[in-house]
Amino acid sequence: MIELLAVSKTYNAGRVNEFSAVREVDLLIEPGRATALRGPSGSGKTTLLGLIGGLTRPSSGRVRLDGRDISALSERFLTELRRATFGFVFQQFQLIRGLSVLENVMLPATPSGRPYREVRARALRLLDDLGLAGRAEVKTQWLSGGEAQRVAIARALINDPKVILADEPTAHLDSALSRQILAILADLRAQGRTLIVSSHDPLVFEAGLVERVIDMRDGRVCGAGAPAGPVLS
Amino acid sequence: MVTMNTWIERQRALIDFSVANLGRRRGRNLGLFLAYTLLVFLLASVVLYGDALRREARLLLADAPELVVQRLAAGRHDLLPATWLEQVEGLRGVRGAEGRLWGYYFDPAVAANTTLLVPSASLSTSPPAPGQMVIGAALARARGLAVGDVLSLRGYDGKPYAFTLAGVLDADSELVSADLMQVNAADFRAFFGVDPGLYTDLVLRVANPREVRKVAEKVLQRLPGARVIAREEMRRTYEAAFNWRQGVLLTFLSTLMAAFALLAWDKASGLSAEERREIGILKAVGWETGDVLRMKLWEGALVSLCAFLAGYVLAWLHVFYADAPLFTAVLKGWSVLYPHFALAPRVDVAQIATLFFLTVLPFVAATVVPVWRAATLDPDEVMRE
Repeated sequence: MIELLAVSKTYNAGRVNEFSAVREVDLLIEPGRATALRGPSGSGKTTLLGLIGGLTRPSSGRVRLDGRDISALSERFLTELRRATFGFVFQQFQLIRGLSVLENVMLPATPSGRPYREVRARALRLLDDLGLAGRAEVKTQWLSGGEAQRVAIARALINDPKVILADEPTAHLDSALSRQILAILADLRAQGRTLIVSSHDPLVFEAGLVERVIDMRDGRVCGAGAPAGPVLS
Repeated sequence: MVTMNTWIERQRALIDFSVANLGRRRGRNLGLFLAYTLLVFLLASVVLYGDALRREARLLLADAPELVVQRLAAGRHDLLPATWLEQVEGLRGVRGAEGRLWGYYFDPAVAANTTLLVPSASLSTSPPAPGQMVIGAALARARGLAVGDVLSLRGYDGKPYAFTLAGVLDADSELVSADLMQVNAADFRAFFGVDPGLYTDLVLRVANPREVRKVAEKVLQRLPGARVIAREEMRRTYEAAFNWRQGVLLTFLSTLMAAFALLAWDKASGLSAEERREIGILKAVGWETGDVLRMKLWEGALVSLCAFLAGYVLAWLHVFYADAPLFTAVLKGWSVLYPHFALAPRVDVAQIATLFFLTVLPFVAATVVPVWRAATLDPDEVMRE
C-alpha cells in the first residue's frame, strides 16, 4: 500500500525560477494493481512518480509505503528501499551508452553484493523472457527503440521489485512496439506486482492494462479513481 | 549486517563495472594513462638518479681521508712545505699523514679540465713507472686511447712531455675518476715544476671520528696559514651540488607537472553532461552516493596505479640499465667527459611512498570531488530530463 498525504514538491524554492511541480496531493495506491497517472505534459506526473519511488523527497507532506514513512528516511535507507522495492522504467530509456545490454541490466544489482553468477543468470533469464536472448553482448546504442525499452524493463526487474514505476513507457515507440511493451507490463501485473504508469498515450488506456486512472493537471490530482476506458466498457 | 562475502562481491562488482566503464572511453583514458606514466617516469627518474648519485658519492667518500690540510697564501691555495707534514704527524689522534701532489691541467685535445695526480702511497697499487700514466675511463674514451698508446702533454715550461698509457682506472670509481691522470711523483714535479719538499696538500687519517674536529683545531693552532677541510664537509658539498642539480631539473619538471595537473583536472574532473546523466541513472536504479564514489575511486585507482607502476618501472630501467641518457648532462655535471658507470639498483620504500602521494592522491582527489558533488544531487533529475 502506497499513501501520499498532502504531498507537495517545489523546485528552486525561494529563487526567481521557483515552481511547484506537485501540490497537496493525497492518494492511496493499492498493491497488486495497475494505476495510471494521466495528464498533459507538465502536469506533475513524472514528479509524482519520483516522489512515490523515493527518487526525490517531498517539500511537504508524507509518502508512506506499507505504513512506513519513507519521506523521512536517510539517503542510505531510501536508496536501499529504492533498489529492493521499486523498478524504474524511464521515458528516455536511460541506458548507459557503451555498456552492453547485459551490463546495463545488471547495474541495479551491482551494489547489492549478490553473487555475480546469480545476478548474471537472472539477467540472462530476464532478457530471454523479453525476447532479447541473442542481444546480451550488444552495446545499447545499437538497439532499436523497442529493444531499448525492453532492456530498460529487464533492468527494472533485476532486483525482483514489488512495484514497477513506468514513466511514459510508450512515448518513443510506434503502435506495434507500444502494444508489445504494454503486453509485457500486463504480464508483470499478472505476476502480482504493483504497476504505476504515467502516460498520456491513448494506447495505454485502451489496452485494458490499467485498472485505475488518476488525472492530473497543474500539479494537482483532479480525478482519482476513474477506471480506464476498456475496463469501464 | 554486511558480511565479508557480500562486501567482497560488492567490490568485485564495482571493479567489474569500473573496468567496463574505463573501456567505454578508451581514447580519453589511454591519453590520461600515457600522460600520467610520462610524468611519473620523469619525476621518478630524477629522484632515483639523484639519490643513486648521492649514494655513490657517499660510498666513494667513505674511503677518503678524514682531513685535508691546504696552505692559503693571501686567500689563494698554495703549495705547502714538507715541514708541515712533520708538524702534523705527531699530533695526538692522528693515525697517519701523507703529502699529496695533484694539479689541474687543461687538455686542449678534448677541451676539458683534467686532474693530474700522484696516487697515494697507502694504496695497494704502486704508482706508474717513470714516463707512464694511468687515466680515467672517460678520458680514455674521449681521447680514443688504449693501453700502450703515447700521450703528449704540454708542461709548465711549454715543452711537451710524453707519457705511455699503462692502464685505465677501474670503472667502479668513474663518477669521480672520469677525468683523472695518474703519474709518479718525480714525473709530476717535473711536469708542473714543483720543487722537491713541496706538496699540493696533506691528508690526515684520524682514528676516532669524534676527534676529527679537535684534531682540525690543533692543526690550525700549529699551522696558522692552513685551511682544514673535513670529509664531512666534502660530503655536504657533493650533496649540495647534486641537490642543486636535482632541484634545477625538478623546477623544469614542475611546468610539466602543472600541465599534467591541468590535463588531469580537465579529463578526470570535468564531468560532462553525459557523465552527470549517468551518475543520475546509477542513483535512480539504486546506487548510493557512496557506491558512485567507490566506483569512481576504483576507476581513478586503476588508472593511476597502473600509470604509477609503469612510470616507476620505466624510470628504474632508464636510470639503472640505460644510464639515464635524458639527464646525464644536468645531473652528472661533467660537460665534456661524461663518466660511464653502473649505478647500483635499489628500491627505497619511503621514496616510492613520497612519489605515490605526490602523484596518485591528487589525481584520485581530482576525480572524486566533482563526482561527489554530482552524486549528492537528487536522482529524479534523470526522470525530469
